[in-house]
Amino acid sequence: MRIEALVLIGVAIFFGIVGAVYWFTSYEDGGTMMLVGTCLLGLLPGSYYYWWHRRMGDRPEDRPDATVEDGAGEIATFPGSSIWPFVLGMGAFMLVLAFAFGMWFFFPAVGLILTALVGVTAESRRGGHV
Amino acid sequence: MTDLINPPLTGNGAHGTSVIDIIEHREHAEHGPTGILKWLTSTDHKVIGMSYMITSLVLFYMAGIMALVMRLQLATPNSSLVSFAQYNELFTMHGSLMLYLFAGPFAFGGLANYIVPLQVGAPDMAFPRLNALSYWLYLSGSITMMMGFLVAGGAASFGWVAYAPLSNATNSPGAGGDIWIMALVLTGFSAIFTGVNLVATIFYLRAPGLTMFRMPIFTWNMLVTAILILIAFPVLTAALVMLFCDRHFGTHIYSVQGGGSPILWQNLFWFFGHPEVYILALPYFGIVTEVIPVFSRKPVFGYKGMVFATLSIAALSTGVWAHHMFTTGLVLLPFFSLLSLLIAVPTGIKFFNWIGTMWRGEIQFSTAMLFSIGFLFAFLMGGVTGVMLASPPIDFFTHDTYFVVAHFHQVLFGTAVFAGFAGLYYWYPKFFGRTLREHLGKWHFWLMFIGFWVTFMPQYIVGLLGMPRRVAVYPSYLGWQSYNIISTVGAFIIAASFAVLLWNLWISWRKPVVCGDNPWDAHTLEWFTTSPPPHHNYSHLPPIRSERPTWDYNHPEAPAVGHGEGREPHRRDKVTVGQ
Repeated sequence: MRIEALVLIGVAIFFGIVGAVYWFTSYEDGGTMMLVGTCLLGLLPGSYYYWWHRRMGDRPEDRPDATVEDGAGEIATFPGSSIWPFVLGMGAFMLVLAFAFGMWFFFPAVGLILTALVGVTAESRRGGHV
Repeated sequence: MTDLINPPLTGNGAHGTSVIDIIEHREHAEHGPTGILKWLTSTDHKVIGMSYMITSLVLFYMAGIMALVMRLQLATPNSSLVSFAQYNELFTMHGSLMLYLFAGPFAFGGLANYIVPLQVGAPDMAFPRLNALSYWLYLSGSITMMMGFLVAGGAASFGWVAYAPLSNATNSPGAGGDIWIMALVLTGFSAIFTGVNLVATIFYLRAPGLTMFRMPIFTWNMLVTAILILIAFPVLTAALVMLFCDRHFGTHIYSVQGGGSPILWQNLFWFFGHPEVYILALPYFGIVTEVIPVFSRKPVFGYKGMVFATLSIAALSTGVWAHHMFTTGLVLLPFFSLLSLLIAVPTGIKFFNWIGTMWRGEIQFSTAMLFSIGFLFAFLMGGVTGVMLASPPIDFFTHDTYFVVAHFHQVLFGTAVFAGFAGLYYWYPKFFGRTLREHLGKWHFWLMFIGFWVTFMPQYIVGLLGMPRRVAVYPSYLGWQSYNIISTVGAFIIAASFAVLLWNLWISWRKPVVCGDNPWDAHTLEWFTTSPPPHHNYSHLPPIRSERPTWDYNHPEAPAVGHGEGREPHRRDKVTVGQ
């Protein structure tokens, strides 16, 4: 987890420096805000990963000498198939059409999105391994 | 319905443990939906990746046809093949389709989706349902964008950059612009979700022993691309929502009259737009870095240098957005010029390493390798003129001329098309267990390579002569016609090359040449499993001791050495060629 964290913290450090240089040379607020935002985008997950790295040490995928057996156990749960992403996608499709063409698309859009959110949650609960 | 995945067991060449796992997965697949419902409900990264690739290739052909119509229009002065309004729609949609809907999604939605989980030894992407949602958002966004041609007033016609105030409700009325904005909101979310998915997959689902510095360069580049997506796309989506508010809800964010700033749009757009160029380039650098070592029979030269060059390019690319805005007179020229010029350094390192990989290798000029070498020439030319344009005095002179058009077409054609098709020819056997026809592939390459230079080199000259971008007609007395005719002929040579590709895809599908699991004797982990891979990818994994686990497994007499251990491995590798 260390390298992963350092990549993101590197993003934060680089954009922190660039943001500071940019602000003090241009005093332009739009670009500075975006650079500061990018710095935070690296800092928040980067420091979180680093904290986890300090807590749990190296995982099998972080150790160059790990064997396949070291990763034994459950990896994760993967859905075999699911209709709900399609339903949610079509709901989002109708939602944007509502903005472009008129509000009559809005009601089926909300209906599809809510159905999909309930459906996907129920599916995850039934699976038992979220 | 869910599958609980246990880790694949290690194998010793025999498929003893693996067969059981594969049968279990096939049984599972048989119990699932069939036919079109299977496609609609699939959360398998391979099905989703393939859907992405097919969709984006269809859009690529559509955008290519638009390009041909534009080239026909420009072949003669004062041509009236299309009206001014139609020409504006054509160049807007050509750019939008190529940049937003082909080049990016083909790489990070298609190839990365398919290949990255395989390269890291994962059973699927980290969030398979989110992955499926990404595809449906991308598909519906693409359909939304094409719907622009069906509405009154036509499709969006303000260029793919949608500069304010041209894109406001007064200057670009009608549903076309709204549809364009909404299509990009959908595809923007799709890209963000894919970015999250790729980062999580690479961080959490790597096989034991596959440390970060053993990941294939393609996976590294996709990780960096995904981080760039997460930096850039939210800015675009936010900017588009504000543009929509300006058009419909009476806000004045980008209008001077209400106290807003049109330059703010340019700042926001290019803060997305320049990283976007590298979102379109880095995955393709990754493809080339996979292809060149395999067909040079050597490990990649300067692995860590490649990784740090990728990271540097990505970091610098986010600090150079205003080099698109030099002529506004409102940006800090030294800052943006310096950072833009600096990008040439890590890119140069990459070129050095690609050549170093080929150096004294046993080069096999397969189609994929030819496309990779073609990429080196094309991208070098586009890159050198990019360095020129990073200098404000040159940019002031050539801004908005065909010089810039030629520059970015050479860059993007070099990456998305040359390297993209290198990837297609290289990984097609992985997808189907069959090869594309090599001799047709070579016809495809040479026609495209010739067409590429014939099309774009005259555009540099005509740009220096002063021909502006985005004009549908030009007067006959300026001497621009001969260059435009050459360029149009080149465009049709490129079109012929893509007809060859279509024929190749058709004939290779109808009369398949079965090629086995690893026809190229390739290095990286994705070639360890069967071609095409089974549901959830791996029944067993090799021990991972270098960045070339499949090579190590197949060539125990000449394993790749871990980085930094100070031995030149390629001499021993050469002994094993052909075994």
